[in-house]
Amino acid sequence: MIDTKDRTFRVGAGITAFMLVLILLGALWTPYDPNAMNAAEKMASPSLRHLFGTDNFGRDIFSRVLQGTGSTFLIALCSVGLGLLAGLLIGGLTGFYGGWVDEVLMRLNDSVTAFPSLLLALVLIAVFHSGRYNIILALGIIFIPSFARIVRTEVARQKALDYVANAKLMGVKDMRILFVHIMPNILPVLLSSVAIGFNNAVLAEASMSYLGLGVQPPDASLGRMLSEAQTYLLRAPWYALFVGLAIVLLVLGFGLLSEGLGGDGHA
Amino acid sequence: MQVVLKKTGVLLLTLLLVSGFAFLAFEIIPGDPTTMLLGSDYTPERAAALREEMGLDRNVFLRFFAWVTAFLRGDMGTSYSYAMPVREVLRGKIAVTAVLSLMSWVLVVAVSVPLGIALVRYQHKPFGLIGNSLNQVLMAIPSFFLGILLTYVFGLVLKLFTPGRFVPLEESAAGSLGYLLFPALAISLPKIAKTARLLRASILSEMKRDYVLTAYSHGSSRWMVIKNHVVRNALLPVITYLAMSLADIVASSIIVEQVFVVPGLGRLLVASISNRDYPVALCIVVMIASVVVVMNYLADILTQAVDPRVRLM
Amino acid sequence: MKKRILALVLAVLMTAALCACGGGKSPAAQPSDTPIGSAGEKAQGGEITVGIAADLDTSLDPHVSSSSAGTREVLFNIYEGLVKPDTDGNLIPAIAEDYTVNETADTYTYTLREGVRFHNGKTVTVGDVVYSLTRAAGLETGEPLVAELGGIAAVEAKDGKTVTVTLKKPDAEFNAYMHAAIIPEGIDPAAEVVGTGPFRFVSRTPQDNIVLEKFADYWGTGAMLDKVTLKVIPDGQTMVMSLRSGAIDMTNHLTASQIADLQDLTILEGGSNIIQALYLNNDFEPFRDVRVRQALCYAIDREGVIDLANDGHGIPLASSMIPSMGKYVVPELLELYKPDPEKAKALLKEAGYEKLRFTITVPSSYPAHVDAAQVIVEQLRAAGIEAEINLVEWATWYDETYKGRQFESTVVGMDTHSLAASGCLARFQSESGKNFINFKSAKYDETYQKALATVDDTEQTALFKECETILAEEAANVYIQDSASFAVMQKDIAGYVFYPALYIMDLSTVYRVQ
Repeated sequence: MIDTKDRTFRVGAGITAFMLVLILLGALWTPYDPNAMNAAEKMASPSLRHLFGTDNFGRDIFSRVLQGTGSTFLIALCSVGLGLLAGLLIGGLTGFYGGWVDEVLMRLNDSVTAFPSLLLALVLIAVFHSGRYNIILALGIIFIPSFARIVRTEVARQKALDYVANAKLMGVKDMRILFVHIMPNILPVLLSSVAIGFNNAVLAEASMSYLGLGVQPPDASLGRMLSEAQTYLLRAPWYALFVGLAIVLLVLGFGLLSEGLGGDGHA
Repeated sequence: MQVVLKKTGVLLLTLLLVSGFAFLAFEIIPGDPTTMLLGSDYTPERAAALREEMGLDRNVFLRFFAWVTAFLRGDMGTSYSYAMPVREVLRGKIAVTAVLSLMSWVLVVAVSVPLGIALVRYQHKPFGLIGNSLNQVLMAIPSFFLGILLTYVFGLVLKLFTPGRFVPLEESAAGSLGYLLFPALAISLPKIAKTARLLRASILSEMKRDYVLTAYSHGSSRWMVIKNHVVRNALLPVITYLAMSLADIVASSIIVEQVFVVPGLGRLLVASISNRDYPVALCIVVMIASVVVVMNYLADILTQAVDPRVRLM
Repeated sequence: MKKRILALVLAVLMTAALCACGGGKSPAAQPSDTPIGSAGEKAQGGEITVGIAADLDTSLDPHVSSSSAGTREVLFNIYEGLVKPDTDGNLIPAIAEDYTVNETADTYTYTLREGVRFHNGKTVTVGDVVYSLTRAAGLETGEPLVAELGGIAAVEAKDGKTVTVTLKKPDAEFNAYMHAAIIPEGIDPAAEVVGTGPFRFVSRTPQDNIVLEKFADYWGTGAMLDKVTLKVIPDGQTMVMSLRSGAIDMTNHLTASQIADLQDLTILEGGSNIIQALYLNNDFEPFRDVRVRQALCYAIDREGVIDLANDGHGIPLASSMIPSMGKYVVPELLELYKPDPEKAKALLKEAGYEKLRFTITVPSSYPAHVDAAQVIVEQLRAAGIEAEINLVEWATWYDETYKGRQFESTVVGMDTHSLAASGCLARFQSESGKNFINFKSAKYDETYQKALATVDDTEQTALFKECETILAEEAANVYIQDSASFAVMQKDIAGYVFYPALYIMDLSTVYRVQ
């Protein structure tokens, strides 16, 4: 069992490291200008000249995947981070104290969860205006409820355990118990939801871009490229394939990594 | 009895909150219903007249109050886009989305539980490893893309169904279900992957507990321990998750309905938001919210049932 | 939340202003004007399913000119006017058998065709015509429903089959607006759909379908098909899949990139009848300088946009005139700005905007405009201009960009409601409520007004051409193209024809091949 975890961790770490290298490479160098168009080479199939072929504007898909992976990774990482932080705070406090604050916040939480994300996204665009990185804020806010709910449940569970009662008896302050004693214990549980959140962020970025949030064309992002690729699924299947592969690897790496680290909690 | 009353009260309050948010949302986002209705005939005077006619010139809180009281009386209002009662517009669409969601949910439950157990049983065998990786991959595919892929493979290549030719429920229940199976697959596959993974993780963490070690020491085989002791305990958090995922499924159907041309609530919601047809959008928001809120409540209660130490209420 | 959520309501925006324009219409130079017949027998009867990108409007009232293009093109099959447009861009008699104009071009007399029936079985009377025109022209309310008919002073029945229309001032081209629908007296068309067209309305299910049936008592050559179901499919990729699977038999507004996967079906190419351009807010600080606007014209290569974004399927435009409106087009204007990034740079330097930056607002529900904008951004980059795309939802675009005029530039397509030149040109008058680009030119206003007042056709055409020349020389906008539109149908469907200038989907000529 130990070595399975270890192997999972190593595979996950390997994939993630590989993707990070690609992202770094994409930031420094791409074989072609990712936005340069070429009417003579539209929809070229993969070749040595264009490793992943070209898209409907004759842009080099490999260069765009390199660039897009970077922006998608950044958006996913930051929005999950934001959602997680706020979720820890809200879920931690409500789970720890319970009572009417808990009740109110959880009802608010339910309301946000129950709210169609399309409408929420439109509201957020109206409030923050559309723009390249405002999507981080929007997605972060959308992620808060699910994180808060998990944290709350876990904190409530931990609170009932002996070590918390002991700490209370010893006169440790509430905040210290919550953030120093309890939080480290629930982090492993959170890991898998972080992986899932990361996954959702990558996917949500695609639909959000379409509404005008996030990476604007002609700049590349994996989500946007995937929705573009679906128009050419029959004629240029490799387009969707390579973009899909990048998404899968990115998400897979994180998933395995979190599992390897012991993140098998209840998402 | 009192507890039930209190819970119902809180539930209704949440729904009120959701509809309030939705009301506010339509205040905030650009694009006024009168603009969409008047189109190129827009002039400030005409818009003002229309706003008055539609009652939009009143204060937002007054309008919200009026809407709530009417809604409680069973009057859902009149659609701006279709100039007919919202009830009429929604007719037939609720059933379609309900069937699609339930079908997806049944698929999730029926497949993910055995799959999760099998993943643990064959954890170190190729099946377990491949299954686990496949799971990760499935979770990484966006449902709209999965929808397109399924349409292509099952619709155009294998010709198991005709993409775009939805059979209405009242015409042929079997035909309708046959068509809905494919969108249901697009919705449920990623959820099956998530649930199976969760169950697997839950079982594995349960196996570290003392009673499992005790069972081992009594000479039971690993599979016997899993079958007789662990699964039952490990299943409980998963059931909580499954309750919550029904809400999630209703939400995913919004996207998938577009891809498979299923005339359900999801397509109507999207269209009504685009057209700023608030009466229709509000109604659908409240309906979806009801499912989410009720399911979350059940999840809460189940969590408590699993672990009585947790006091959530 | 998906994408394509916003229904593709094609260029809803343009209503023709009231004006007097002279002359008849010349046939359009389009590849698609001739009916395309397939080999095989024409089959009378049968039914087909047609995919449409957006659900029809709230009200199917034919007199509400704010209706979307998608609604108007369907209503063409249900309603008719005294005259109707034909595939050559001419007006042919419909409910009226004949008409005469007096010498001063301010009184039109229409003689009704005998035995024209409404879908409810009643025969069309002069009373119905007077009722319809009075309603459309808003003679009782003072507010015309059909803006073009605002010039009517009175409508009178002379005898049992003659109706005279008196105008407030002479208008040699008034007949172009008389395709306004005739409806039965006393009927509210918002509640009841009754016309005289080859198809009658049967039912509609919101966001799903609209059903039309052949009208057996049609006065002319009736519809070939017995029944047409219009199915609402907002997502472009889903539309393509539905065509391939056979779930729908036909659709008529696909783009060059969409048809590539449909090569084994029948594909007909026609014009979209839109003016796609990078519309510039002339009030945005840098764009107040004509040299900056001209620099953009030199920096953008419209042929390049057509090649990259439309696979070469599009007609380049140099000014605000739909190319199928033949005689009004000024081809020489295409020579005005030859792509020249260096010249663009020089002009910008001269104007003091060496580092020009601006945003291009694009409605995200129109992939064709998003694609064009992407190419434009790249072309501008080569000239040292930094443009950034800002995608917005359609309702937001309408509210903020069109209505609120809060934008720097935008890529969209404008269409026209009538066969008159004013349909394309009226909006650029300084004070027009539809002048969302804030174009201001005293010379333009003067020339345009002069054109309106001119009765002689040749003279008037020349003046309209001058208007177009001013728009081009002043670089009011960077004109791109009238992109190609493709009608795609199953192999056993034929008979579909394109119409010049207007948004029309004529289902009456469509038939199944046996």
